Amino acid sequence: MKIAIIDYGAGNVKSIEFALQRLGFESELTSDSEVVKNADRVIFPGVGEASSAMNMLKNTGLDTLIPTLKQPVLGICLGMQLMCDVCEEGNTKGLGIFDAKVVKFDTQFKVPQVGWNTIFNLKSDLFKGIGENSYMYLVHSYYVPKHKSSIAASDYGIEYSVALHKNNFFGVQFHPEKSGKIGELILKNFIETSI
Amino acid sequence: MLTKRIIPCLDIKNGRTVKGVNFVELRDAGDPVELAKIYAENYADELVFLDISATEERRKTLAKLVEDIAKHINIPFTVGGGISSVDDVAMLLKSGADKVSINSAAVRRPELISEVAQRFGSQCVVVAIDAKQIVGQWKVHLVGGKQPTDIDLFEWAKKVQELGAGEILFTSMDHDGTKAGFANEALAKLSEELHIPIIASGGAGNVKHFEDTFKLGKADAALAASVFHFKEIEIPDLKKELKANGISIRI
Repeated sequence: MKIAIIDYGAGNVKSIEFALQRLGFESELTSDSEVVKNADRVIFPGVGEASSAMNMLKNTGLDTLIPTLKQPVLGICLGMQLMCDVCEEGNTKGLGIFDAKVVKFDTQFKVPQVGWNTIFNLKSDLFKGIGENSYMYLVHSYYVPKHKSSIAASDYGIEYSVALHKNNFFGVQFHPEKSGKIGELILKNFIETSI
Repeated sequence: MLTKRIIPCLDIKNGRTVKGVNFVELRDAGDPVELAKIYAENYADELVFLDISATEERRKTLAKLVEDIAKHINIPFTVGGGISSVDDVAMLLKSGADKVSINSAAVRRPELISEVAQRFGSQCVVVAIDAKQIVGQWKVHLVGGKQPTDIDLFEWAKKVQELGAGEILFTSMDHDGTKAGFANEALAKLSEELHIPIIASGGAGNVKHFEDTFKLGKADAALAASVFHFKEIEIPDLKKELKANGISIRI
C-alpha cells in the first residue's frame, strides 16, 4: 500500500504521517506528480489561507492533477475546501471536484470555530464503526453549507456539511489525525475503502 | 455543539517536565511524552507545552521533543516559550506542533503575529498574555510576569486579534498559583469584546472553578497545571461534573 500525502508547503503535514504510522502504514510526503499519480491512496491536507494555499498548489502543478486522480483521495480541512468550486476566502477558485461554495461562518458564536464538535447524519463507510454524535477536532472559519454530496453534518449555529463524498473523492472538515482514536479509525477506514 | 476545552499545561526544561507530577502509572515522571499520552487517553482536549529552558541547545532539544510528542499523541498541542521569530515557528510546526504560543516577543515586536499568521494561518497562532491588576487596571506583564508594562490588557488583546491571532491564552498573575478560581470578570470582558476564542489560565483549584470560568468567565477553554499533575482533579471526573452542570463538554 503506497500512501502519498501531498506536501505543497501548507501547514502541519507531519501529524498525518505520524497518525498513519500509529496505524501501521507508511506514507510519503511529496509534491511530485508522479509519486501522487502512482500512489494507492492520496491524502490532500491543508491549513491556512485559501488563496495562498491554492497558489502554492498551482506552483507545483498539482492543481490540474488532483481532479484527474482515480484512486481514493481524502481532503482534510482546507484540503476539502479547495476541492470545492469556490472559496469565499480570498475569492479563491477551487479544484471544482465538489460543486459547492465554501462560505464564512456568520453566527453569534466565535469565529474561527476551534475545538471538538459532534458529527451526525453519518452516511459512508468512511464512518464504519463510528457512532452518531462522535466528537471531532475542528479549526475553521469557512464551511460548506448543506450539500447533496454530504456524508456527515455538524452544527455551529447552523447545520453544515462536515464531510463530502463523490466517486473516489472524500473530504472532511475536521482533523482525523488530531481527533483521538475515533479520528484514527476514520483514517483507517479511508485506507481500507474499496471504491 | 462545540464543547469547552480542558487543557493541561506541561512545563518543559531541557526536554523534561519540570514541576513534579504525581502519576504512579508513569515509569518516568519526567518524560513529557509519557505524561502527554496519559492526558490524551484521559480526555484532555488539547495540551500546551511551555519550554522554560534557556540553554544554547534549547531549539534543537525542543524540536526533537515536539517531533516525539507528535508521533505519540493524537490530540492537538501547542508549544510555547521563547518563540521570537518566524523561523522558530516554522521549526516547531515542521516538527509536528499544531499551534505555537507567542508571548513577550509579540509585545516587543507585534508584527511577528501578522508575519506568522500570514505564513502559516491564524489557526496556529496563540498569543499568550500575562497580566495583573495595578491600581485597578489590568496591565500586561512580560518575562513570565516579572516585568510590568504600561500596556492595557484589553487594548492589547484587541490589537493581537487584529494582527491575526487565532486564540488568546490569558493568564492572570493575580490568580495564578492561588487555587482560588480564575479571573472571571476580566475573562468575560475579553470574551465579549473579542471574536476569537479565549483560554483561561491561572487560579484553578477545584471543579467549581472550571464551571465558573465557563459560565461566568465565558471562557472557551480552561488551562491548568498542578491540579492535574498532582491528581487533585482527574479530568474524566471534572468533565462528568461539568456536563452534569449543563456545560457542553466532550466525554
